[in-house]
Amino acid sequence: MSKFSTDAESGGPNIAHVTLENGLEIVVIPDHRTPVVTHMVWYRNGSADDPVGKSGIAHFLEHLMFKGTEKHRQGEFSDVVTALGGQENAFTSVDYTAYYQRVAREHLKTMMEFESDRMTGLVLTDEIVDPERDVVIEERRMRTDTDPAAELGEALAATLFTHHPYGKPIIGYMHEIEGLKREDALTYYRRFYTPENAILVVAGDVTRDEVVSLAQETYGKIPAHGEKPSRLRPREPDPRSARRVTLADPKVEQPSLQLAWLAPSYTTASKGEAEALEVLVQLIGASGTGRLHRKLVMEEAVAVAAGAWYQSTAVDRSRLLVYAVPRPGITLDALEARVLAVIDEMSKHPVDENELRRAKTRLVADTIYAQDSQSSLARMYGSALATGSTVEDVKSWPDLIEAVDAASVKKAAATWLHPHRMVTGYLLKDEAA
Amino acid sequence: MNDLSIKPSLSSRIQVVRSSSGLEAWLIEDYTVPLIAMEIAMDGGSSQDPENLPGTASFLAGLLDEGAGPYDSAAFHDRLDDYAIELGFSASRDLITGHLRTLLKHRNEAFDILRLALNEARLDEEPVERVRAQMLASLRHEANDPDTKANRTWFEKAFEGHAYARAVKGTFDSIPKITRNDLLSYRDRVFSRETLKIAVVGAIDAATLAKELDQIFANFPAKSKLSNISVTQPKLIGSRTIVDLDITQSSIRYGAPGLQQSDPDFVTASVINHILGGGVFSSRLFREVREKRGLAYSVFSQLAPLDHGPLHMGGTSTKNERVAESLAIIEAEIKSLALDGPNGEELDIAKKYLIGSWPLRFDTSTKLANQLVHMQVENLGLDYMECRNGLVAAVNRETAARVAKRLYGTGEIFTVIVGRPVGV
Repeated sequence: MSKFSTDAESGGPNIAHVTLENGLEIVVIPDHRTPVVTHMVWYRNGSADDPVGKSGIAHFLEHLMFKGTEKHRQGEFSDVVTALGGQENAFTSVDYTAYYQRVAREHLKTMMEFESDRMTGLVLTDEIVDPERDVVIEERRMRTDTDPAAELGEALAATLFTHHPYGKPIIGYMHEIEGLKREDALTYYRRFYTPENAILVVAGDVTRDEVVSLAQETYGKIPAHGEKPSRLRPREPDPRSARRVTLADPKVEQPSLQLAWLAPSYTTASKGEAEALEVLVQLIGASGTGRLHRKLVMEEAVAVAAGAWYQSTAVDRSRLLVYAVPRPGITLDALEARVLAVIDEMSKHPVDENELRRAKTRLVADTIYAQDSQSSLARMYGSALATGSTVEDVKSWPDLIEAVDAASVKKAAATWLHPHRMVTGYLLKDEAA
Repeated sequence: MNDLSIKPSLSSRIQVVRSSSGLEAWLIEDYTVPLIAMEIAMDGGSSQDPENLPGTASFLAGLLDEGAGPYDSAAFHDRLDDYAIELGFSASRDLITGHLRTLLKHRNEAFDILRLALNEARLDEEPVERVRAQMLASLRHEANDPDTKANRTWFEKAFEGHAYARAVKGTFDSIPKITRNDLLSYRDRVFSRETLKIAVVGAIDAATLAKELDQIFANFPAKSKLSNISVTQPKLIGSRTIVDLDITQSSIRYGAPGLQQSDPDFVTASVINHILGGGVFSSRLFREVREKRGLAYSVFSQLAPLDHGPLHMGGTSTKNERVAESLAIIEAEIKSLALDGPNGEELDIAKKYLIGSWPLRFDTSTKLANQLVHMQVENLGLDYMECRNGLVAAVNRETAARVAKRLYGTGEIFTVIVGRPVGV
C-alpha cells in the first residue's frame, strides 16, 4: 500500500555513522515519510563545563550564537530559516549544547553553510551582548526565581553533587550571570566550538551519501583544531551521609517531597547496571502501574501523586529522583517513610515476572514510538553520542533492556538507593511569612 | 509561487472511511512505522460544565482511563502497560478530546480498551476520590504560579457571567462538590455520534477501521443534549488589572476580541498575528521586547478562535520595574499594525514562513491525526491541507491592512498583570 520504505520491519531505521577528516562525527537517520529534514549540531560541552565563577556561560553562549558572524549580520541566519519556512532553536544541558533547524529537504545545504559558519566565525560586541544578558536574567527569573519548586530543585542538585559540577544550575546563578562578559563567552567558544567536539545529526528525507557530501563541502572546510577539548570534571565521591534541604515560601500552597540519589549513567555504569536502573525506575515510577502510585496513591492514599525519574544519559555519575505529593493532613515526614518502604522492598525482594515484563514492554515500545518522530530520533542519537555512548549502544538498547532480570533490579536498588546516600528535599509553605 | 503543495500530497492520501452504522473517520494509511494513532473530539468541553460546577468535564476526562467494564483502575492500567497502549482524554473550553496510540500488534486490545473507556467507564469511588484529590492538589500547586494566575484571572474577568469565565480545571469550591452523578450526567449530555469527529493515522486499512469503529461506538447515543451557549465578547477592553504577588518578575496576559476559524479573514488574521508575535525570532514583539531591549525571555501573541468568543491574546514576563515599558511597546505594536498594517517585507517573510513550515506541523502520526480532527471540527474541508497555503499566498498588503484593522480595531486590550509592577 505505502510507497514509503519499510525500515521499521527490518528492525528500525538504517542509521549511518561517519567521521570527517577534521574530526566531525556525522549521524544520518533516514525518514522518507515527508520531504523535510532535521539538522542538528551537538557540541560536547554543557553547563558542567562552565569555568568556576562563570556558571551559566554555556547557556549564555547558546543565546549569543544567534548574534551573527564575520560573514553574516545579526539575525541573518534566522531570517533565512524563517523565509525558507524552517523552524530553529537551541538547547543547553549539563553535558551538551545543541542547535537545530527543521526545513524542507532541499534547504539542507543552506543550513549547513550557516551552521558551519557559526562554528568558528562568531562576532560579539557589547551592544549585542548586554541586552541578551538581560534576556537570560529574565529567563532565570521566569523559570526559577518566581517558582519555589524550581528553587528547591536547584538546592537539591547542589546538595547531591557536593563536588561535581552537575550541582550547578544550567542557567547559572544570578550573581554570576550578571557578571558574564563578552570575553568570557568568546574564550569559552574558542575552547569548545571545534569540529572535533561536534556531532552533526541529520534525520529525514536524505541519504547517507548526500549528507556526507554536503557536510564535506561545508563543515569539512573547517580546519581541525588540533585536539579534542577535554572536560575537566572532578569525580563526585561516594556519599556517606544523608542530607536534607528544606525550602519554605509563603507562595507554596501544595507541599511536596523529593528524594535524590547519585546513580551511574550509561557512560559510567558497569555492564547492565544502567539498564537495570531504567527498569527499576519504570517499576516504581510508571504513572498508572508503578509501585509508588499503587502503594502510596491508591492503596495507602497518603499521596495524590508519586513518580520517579532517572537521568541515565550523562557523561559522569548522574542522578535518580523520586517525588511524591502528600494528601492533605499527611506530613512530609510520614510520606517520606512510606516512599522509603517502597524503595526498601525493591532492594530486599525480587519483583515478580509479570511486573518485570510489563515494565520492559513499556520501555521497549518507546523505541518504536520514537521512530514516528524524526526529531525524537535525532535527539536520542545526538544526546547518546554527546555523552559518550555509540550508535551501536543505542541500537542494542532494547535487547539490553530485555536482558534485565529481577535479581539485577534488586541489586541496583540495594546498591544505589540506600538511605545514607540520599538527599531529601522538602517544599513547604512558610506559614510565618 | 507554484510549489505550495506538500509532496506527496497529504490531502490526496486522506480517506474518508464510512462504517456500516454510519460513522465517519478520516484516515491516512501509512505503514512506515508499525503503529496506529487515533484522535477523537466531541463538542462540549468545560463550557458545558454546569454553571456552579466548573471542572466537571476535566474531572470526567481524568476518570475515563481509571477503570472501565470488567477492569477496575489497577487492572485497566495493567492492561494499558502490558500492551504499551497510550490512552488519554482531556477537556478544553470547547471540546472533549481522546488520544490513542498503539503498536500495530496490539491493535485489538487497544481499540477494545478505548471502547470500554468511552462507553463503560466505571467511575468507582476510589478513583473518583483520588482524581478529586489530584485536581485539588494541582489547583494548590498552581495557586501562585504567575502565568496560571494571570491566565485564569483574565478569563474570569473578561468573560464574567459567561461559560468561558469558568475555570477549565475547576475551583477549590467546585471540585469537592462534583458527584459521580454530575459526571455521568455530563457524559450523557455530551458523548454522542452527533458531534463526534474521528481521525486515524498509521498501519490500518479502511475496511478494518470501519469494522473497529462500529465496535467502539456501537452503543454511542445518536444525539447530544448540549446547553446553548451565547456568543459573547470579552469585557474590560482598554483596562488593566493588577493581581498582587510577591515576586520580582511580573507575568502579563492580554487579550481582546478576535475572529472565528470559519471567518473568511481568519487565515489573513493568522498571518498578521504571526507578524506581531508568532513563534519565530523575526516577529515584532520578539525583536522589540526581547532582542533590542532585553525586557523578557518569553513574549508571544496568538489567536484563540474559541467557538463562542474568539480572541487574540498574548503575554510576556518581565521584571517589575520594566512592566510599564514592556506594555507600552506591546500596545504600540498592536496599534501600529491596526493603523498601517504590516510592511511589505515582513508580510513577505511571514507568508514564506507560514507556507514553508506547514508540513513541519505534521511530522508525526499523532500530530497528523490531530490536524485531521481539527479540520473536521472546524469544517475546513478535505482539501484544506493543500488550499491553506494558497490562501496564505494570496494575502497582499491591502488585505493584510484591512484585516489588521478589523482584528485589532483601536488596538485596545484588556491586560492582567500578576506581580508587583512599578508605575502601572
